[in-house]
Amino acid sequence: MLCTKGIPTTEDLATRIPPEERRRKGPVVMIECFQKIPCNPCYTACKHGAIQKFEDINDLPSVNFDNCNGCGLCISKCPGLAIFVIDETYSETQATVSLPFEFLPLPHEGEEVDLLDRSGKKVGKGKVLKVRNGKYEDRTPVITVAVPKELSMVVRNIKVGGDVR
Amino acid sequence: MKKTEIAVIGGGPAGLMASLAAAEMGARVTLIDRNSRLGGQLVKQTHMFFGSEKEYASIRGIDIGKILSAEVLKNPRIETMLDSTVIGYYPDDGVLGVEVEEKTFVKIKPEKVIVATGASEKFLPFENNDLPGIYGAGAVQTLMNEHGVVPGDNVLMVGAGNIGLIVSYQLMQAGVNVKAIIDAAPNIGGYWVHASKVARLGVPIMTSYTVKAAYANELTGALERAVIWQVDNKWQPIPGTEKVLKVDVICISVGLSPLAEILWQAGCKMKYVPQLGGHVALRNENMETTVPGVYVAGDVAGVEEASSAMIEGRLAGLNAAKSLGYDNGTFNEKRREALEQLESLRSGPVGEKIRQGLAQLVS
Repeated sequence: MLCTKGIPTTEDLATRIPPEERRRKGPVVMIECFQKIPCNPCYTACKHGAIQKFEDINDLPSVNFDNCNGCGLCISKCPGLAIFVIDETYSETQATVSLPFEFLPLPHEGEEVDLLDRSGKKVGKGKVLKVRNGKYEDRTPVITVAVPKELSMVVRNIKVGGDVR
Repeated sequence: MKKTEIAVIGGGPAGLMASLAAAEMGARVTLIDRNSRLGGQLVKQTHMFFGSEKEYASIRGIDIGKILSAEVLKNPRIETMLDSTVIGYYPDDGVLGVEVEEKTFVKIKPEKVIVATGASEKFLPFENNDLPGIYGAGAVQTLMNEHGVVPGDNVLMVGAGNIGLIVSYQLMQAGVNVKAIIDAAPNIGGYWVHASKVARLGVPIMTSYTVKAAYANELTGALERAVIWQVDNKWQPIPGTEKVLKVDVICISVGLSPLAEILWQAGCKMKYVPQLGGHVALRNENMETTVPGVYVAGDVAGVEEASSAMIEGRLAGLNAAKSLGYDNGTFNEKRREALEQLESLRSGPVGEKIRQGLAQLVS
């Protein structure tokens, strides 16, 4: 699926999902990078030593989840837009997903948006909590959206303004 | 007759880096480009680059183009000739014929030449492939990202390599609907992260599919629909698998070929290497061809990508300057560093094709 459709399978994802125990403690990074390509900005963007040093520039990122505080500074630095931060402690029923979003219009905080999965399919509605779009993000804004808790590992995109097309 | 120490042909990533590296060593450079601004294809690359910090990773191609062009333009050792096309190389005396602004013919006698002319797009044979609405991916990028014009409403992208995937993403950013991305190969050729990016937007990627025919609107004569069909593992179309897509644009992104005319004229020993996109010049580790004093860098030396093009350019620039006796004392270290960078970029699984191709070239 990944090499023919671009959509990772459950087995692909299993290697990347942070352990449940860690997810219960607060926001944590999930790097959906499955292919050895010559690229390392995630490692250099991490200020907490959570993304381990690359021995070879082709290495897959490896995360020390205990060092990750979920700051999300790596999200907008990934040229592949493959980094997400998940917070499953947001509320009883909701989690948050922070994702890179390079489309206009940008949502505003408080706006309700469509939640999409990895194949672009609409899976529900969620509220935008934060839009980070400063100099650091450099035209790759980071959107934090509240999603039903059971969709924390499903939602990976949003659609602003409903079904335009 | 104009004289220069090093003529660099092409102001894209390879040519810009070659000029800067040669000037850094102390050589005088004339950089010639047929466009009215420097940057080559970088001026259309709105996505962030891969690689490491040294290769401008995480920075967008458009910004890398601006950074490098600004450095070139302020460097007193580099003279830039824009709107100038090198139309001939005369191997007897090593003179370049340059057409300036489509009106003046200028002869340049350089001591060394670095050819960084890039590549051109390949096309695809199918019925009615010349209809209005059928573009190369480079043209679509030029329209959208340079001129702010969308090519149409509904697009069929042909080719799931990095260019096909990236241009699909950029079309979606411009509000254009990408109906599907098809590729005759059984697997996606581009980076999977790019594929995931467009998949998340709901764009279907269909491998083992190719275009059968295109059909025009009777009134306008422009593209109205495309018929695609599946291919088997021997790339043969399977009748009965046809699907019709209502699209007003077909964007062809099926690979690039090195733009090697100058190298042929110069009498460089050429070799057909499919892994590198077509005919490329034999060369040594210093990027020098079989014609002494003629160097290559970037896609014309073998179709790869912009990060390695930049380092190849640097390597060619350093070596061309050194061969003229210029060395500010850092040559050995910088040459070694560039070679190491190239090796590390190409060392992974996605670099295998390039490694196979290069193995047939380096003399």
